[in-house]
Amino acid sequence: MSAAYFDQIFVLFTKWVESFLPVFWQPIIGVVLGAVAIVCVYPALFALAVLMERKGLGRMQNRYGPNRVGPWGLFQPVADGIKALTKEDVVPFNADGVVHFLAPVVIVVMVFMALAVLPMGRNMQLVDMDSGLLYFFAMGAAIELAIFMAGWSSRNKYSLLGAMRAIAQMVSYELILLLSALVVVMISGSLSLVKIVEAQASYSGIFPHWYVFTPWGLVAFVFFVIASTAETNRSPFDLPEGESEIVAGYFTEYSGFKFALFFLGEYVEMFGVAGLGTTLFLGGWAAPLSFLGVIPSWIWFFLKVELWICFFIWLRGTLPRLRQDQLMNFAWKFCLPVTLINIFVTALWRFMGEGWARWVACTLILAVVYAVMGRVGMARGKVAPRSYRYAE
Amino acid sequence: MSIVFYLLAALTLVGGLASVTLKNTVHCALALTVAFAGLALLFLTLDAQFAGFAQILVYVGAVAILVVFAILLTRGHEIPIDGVFSRTWIVGLVIAAGVFAVLGWAVLASVHALPNELAVPVVTVHDIGNALVGHYVLPLEIVALLLTAATIGAVMVALHEKEGAKQ
Repeated sequence: MSAAYFDQIFVLFTKWVESFLPVFWQPIIGVVLGAVAIVCVYPALFALAVLMERKGLGRMQNRYGPNRVGPWGLFQPVADGIKALTKEDVVPFNADGVVHFLAPVVIVVMVFMALAVLPMGRNMQLVDMDSGLLYFFAMGAAIELAIFMAGWSSRNKYSLLGAMRAIAQMVSYELILLLSALVVVMISGSLSLVKIVEAQASYSGIFPHWYVFTPWGLVAFVFFVIASTAETNRSPFDLPEGESEIVAGYFTEYSGFKFALFFLGEYVEMFGVAGLGTTLFLGGWAAPLSFLGVIPSWIWFFLKVELWICFFIWLRGTLPRLRQDQLMNFAWKFCLPVTLINIFVTALWRFMGEGWARWVACTLILAVVYAVMGRVGMARGKVAPRSYRYAE
Repeated sequence: MSIVFYLLAALTLVGGLASVTLKNTVHCALALTVAFAGLALLFLTLDAQFAGFAQILVYVGAVAILVVFAILLTRGHEIPIDGVFSRTWIVGLVIAAGVFAVLGWAVLASVHALPNELAVPVVTVHDIGNALVGHYVLPLEIVALLLTAATIGAVMVALHEKEGAKQ
């Protein structure tokens, strides 16, 4: 049993199952098997992530977190799942029935469809599309409309406000997400996620050629992380569901299993964005050091995604929530200009050729831009004790 | 023509029809999105990946949101008492039929205009990119300039007036 065998074990398994079937059915069964794997693995990861989040947040807030169900509270996700499934499904009397029902379904379908292009290991992607990155963002864009459907059809002012907040935030940060992903396309010359990973899967000595280890890549990576936190509505950007202000935002009027679907959609979207970021900047399934290549590629991919999730949980336990105007100002007045300039820097990097000169030039430009933009932004905002207009 | 084409065509047509016949304006907007999505899927069945995904990204992701916001922020989401049909709907029908006839004629005539085209041209995203910044760079730049001007205009409209100017 060689390392290469374990690396390709799922691909070989699919081939083995296909070999029992007539030629006509083989590609269809291959796709079905892949889809079933995605639909099984990610909800399992979702259960794990929820447990991790509750335990981790508990530790950060000096409490235990769930510890009653099973050893160390390990079966808490199972209990939560049973509770969600058996709860009564309450639909408001005035709600728009069809739209109210469709919204969670559309979200979950779109979120799972986006996963189809992620290369989760060597040769382990459901479809290798010529424009995979575009496909991923197209599926993400459809989620916004589903969130609107959820908020509007509930006929509840908190739901509608939450949906408006979510859409405003997602539209703003989607731009930054797209623009920071664009620089990777500029360098690798392909929209196919498989080719992007392959472009990063080489080593100088023992160190990998990940895009995050270049000046433009680091800047794009940082903004990608910020924008992906906002895209998935996570703290410190969790205004759409600010509990103290608008109950639970756009899914206030959902209960039972539909609520669970929103929850699932949110987490799977988080996995999707983390997987995309891993693919674009952190070398996807490639091992972090050349001699670690004996460990199967799919283990590396899921390890990186889990690490990303842990980072999200850490952020949530650390940072306070932003205000809506701070959120918008940050997106449009700081992130957007810096990512736009980063595109020019990437073009410079591309055309300066090999050598140390481009490292110095690109790093200098980006550092100066960051410092100037930060200073300008700080000078514009009047920092003073908070004043209340209505609350006093 | 495969069964997939007919299914998607039916989806697109039903979406389009629903968007003009439904009573609630938000339902109309959502039905319009279904039509957009059906059109995108039609592009995909023709192996036009870039056009299909761009259609979803721009129309479902941006235009639909814009339409919905416009409906909610104006008073249009209240259902009018005298029905949703305009009194001049017959004129609209005639204009739509005219546009359809011209488009249909142009599409049918193009078969004779370009007789040597391959039946199924293979176009990758790479080719589209090269064409956009190579051969068609001037139209692209003009569109970019137009959009920038429109954005600046929108910002000017939305900008707060100076404190002194208000009084």
